[in-house]
Amino acid sequence: MSKIMTKRDVIEWLKATAAVLEENRRYLTDLDSPIGDADHGINMDRGFKKVMSQLPAVEDKDVGTILRTAGMALVSSVGGAGGPLYGTFFMDAGKAVAGKTELSDEDLVLLIESGLKGVVRIGKTNLGDKTMVDALHPAVEALRRAVADGVDTAEALRLMTEAASKGMVDTIPMLAKKGRASYVGERSIGHQDPGATSSYMILKTLMETLASGHRATG
Amino acid sequence: MKKLINKPEDVVKEELEGIALAYPDLVKVHFEPNFVYRADAPVKGKVAIVSGGGSGHEPMHGGFVGVGMLDAACPGAVFTSPTPDQMLEATKTVDGGAGVLHIVKNYSGDIMNFEMAADMAHGEGIRVLSILIDDDVAVKDSLYTQGRRGTGTTVLSEKICGAAAEKGYDLKRVAALCRKVNINGRCMGMALTSCTVPHVGRPTFELGEDEMEIGIGIHGEPGRLRMKLKSADEITEMLALSVIEDPAYSRTVREWDEAKGEWVDVVLQDPPFKEGDQVLAFVNSMGGTPAIELPIVYRKLHEICEKKGLKIVRNLIGPYITSLEMQGCSITLLKMDDEMIGLWDAPVKTPGLRWGT
Ligand SMILES: Nc1ncnc2c1ncn2[C@@H]1O[C@H](COP(=O)(O)OP(=O)(O)OP(=O)(O)O)[C@@H](O)[C@H]1O
Ligand SMILES: [Mg+2]
Repeated sequence: MSKIMTKRDVIEWLKATAAVLEENRRYLTDLDSPIGDADHGINMDRGFKKVMSQLPAVEDKDVGTILRTAGMALVSSVGGAGGPLYGTFFMDAGKAVAGKTELSDEDLVLLIESGLKGVVRIGKTNLGDKTMVDALHPAVEALRRAVADGVDTAEALRLMTEAASKGMVDTIPMLAKKGRASYVGERSIGHQDPGATSSYMILKTLMETLASGHRATG
Repeated sequence: MKKLINKPEDVVKEELEGIALAYPDLVKVHFEPNFVYRADAPVKGKVAIVSGGGSGHEPMHGGFVGVGMLDAACPGAVFTSPTPDQMLEATKTVDGGAGVLHIVKNYSGDIMNFEMAADMAHGEGIRVLSILIDDDVAVKDSLYTQGRRGTGTTVLSEKICGAAAEKGYDLKRVAALCRKVNINGRCMGMALTSCTVPHVGRPTFELGEDEMEIGIGIHGEPGRLRMKLKSADEITEMLALSVIEDPAYSRTVREWDEAKGEWVDVVLQDPPFKEGDQVLAFVNSMGGTPAIELPIVYRKLHEICEKKGLKIVRNLIGPYITSLEMQGCSITLLKMDDEMIGLWDAPVKTPGLRWGT
């Protein structure tokens, strides 16, 4: 299987994610105001700043170590629900590709699928609860299907991002059943979930990172 | 935003620095990871009690560290649950060999972070049990939500369990007592104004001059319903009746089972209040409501309790579990038995609560 992602790409992905979350700090926090406690953007920005500070120490290591380090940095700095959930996402994603320095498209499916499973395990989340899982789950499904069908990587990642985007928008009419948003009951309807939005951003950044990486080598 | 702060990102750090300087005889502060702990920790042979949560609810939890209450408190960023490494370090620091009880408020963030910390502590051979506080009757069902939030009863459980630990209760007994306090406590809160998270810089929600929000939590999160402003008596009646008339409430919580060595689901049921019950009445300011208004609420609450046949045997009135500068209040009623009354009266010496010493 041809390799589509190097460990340099993984580092670029994390760096680009940190930049995107910093840029969208206010936006994610605004999404968290009507249905949460107005901190999601602040939490994510703080977490990825910590990830940035930890990256230099593991830049020479394998992809698994890099992702696990990122996960542990998130767990120890984000707090809230986002910390354990995204921390587990990256730690479990890292465990799934432990020891590898390059990833095939199947590895990539395994990586985000394992991350999603970690989130669901920790959060006891169901599809339709109006959480990040509503963006992550369809994205994983779309990527898996595309890779199984032999779709080329750029298109597979585009399908993944499209599914995440749709999943994110689909949280708007949902009634929240998990997390803080569940406390506002019916009033959670009509608002986009902040965690689903940050998940979409992380996956979109993955797509963009690999697209620019391929341009560079191609 | 008008606040007595320097930089928003320094609020928690500088608050902790001030606490360390102000109460050196009672507490010490550890930085990175942040936690407040008893000056004489670890107390050998005593069960230690650790709590924590987002900052912004002061004096809870850091102000309740000291003799007869908490052994350690882990403050997160404002309104954001703390992280597992804080809880783990705090747990290790205060464990006097008799085990540690984590008192956790029912918020998904707090639960997940405390569970991770408990698992890490178990991995290091420390006995940790964990009890959830979920007393907020504004949340009606537990099936389709995260369940009731942890509010006023948290303060009461920390006082009562702290006294029990001081008296020499073992870990299992302190945990059982904490569970008992939780199922016998109910709380309901309301807001007259929103609050402003320092980092965010503007109010979390908008509330008109003539509006109020009923059924709020303690994080500036919007409540269950919004209505036209009413008088203190009318508001007190709404809150008190929601608490007193709340039916039996059942939910499934996760607790650590020491024998099995795993997290297990436990079904708990809150018995409804009934005529003849002895209660502790707790009238709490959300932070911005001045002391002059709380007795007005208490006065009406007293009248309603009397009418409903509830006997107020103890009370607590003041700002103890706040939402920054939010104006508003919460009413908590806790059904008391003689054991709990004795433990409530026991000496306590913390920055935020002090008597009998
Ligand atoms: N049980 C869960 N499973 C999956 N995702 C969840 C769950 N609970 C919350 N979330 C996600 O977390 C997001 C909120 O993250 P945020 O960082 O704001 O944490 P929080 O709930 O405010 O935490 P805290 O309780 O400490 O403030 C939600 O938008 C949702 O997508
Ligand atoms: Mg939030």
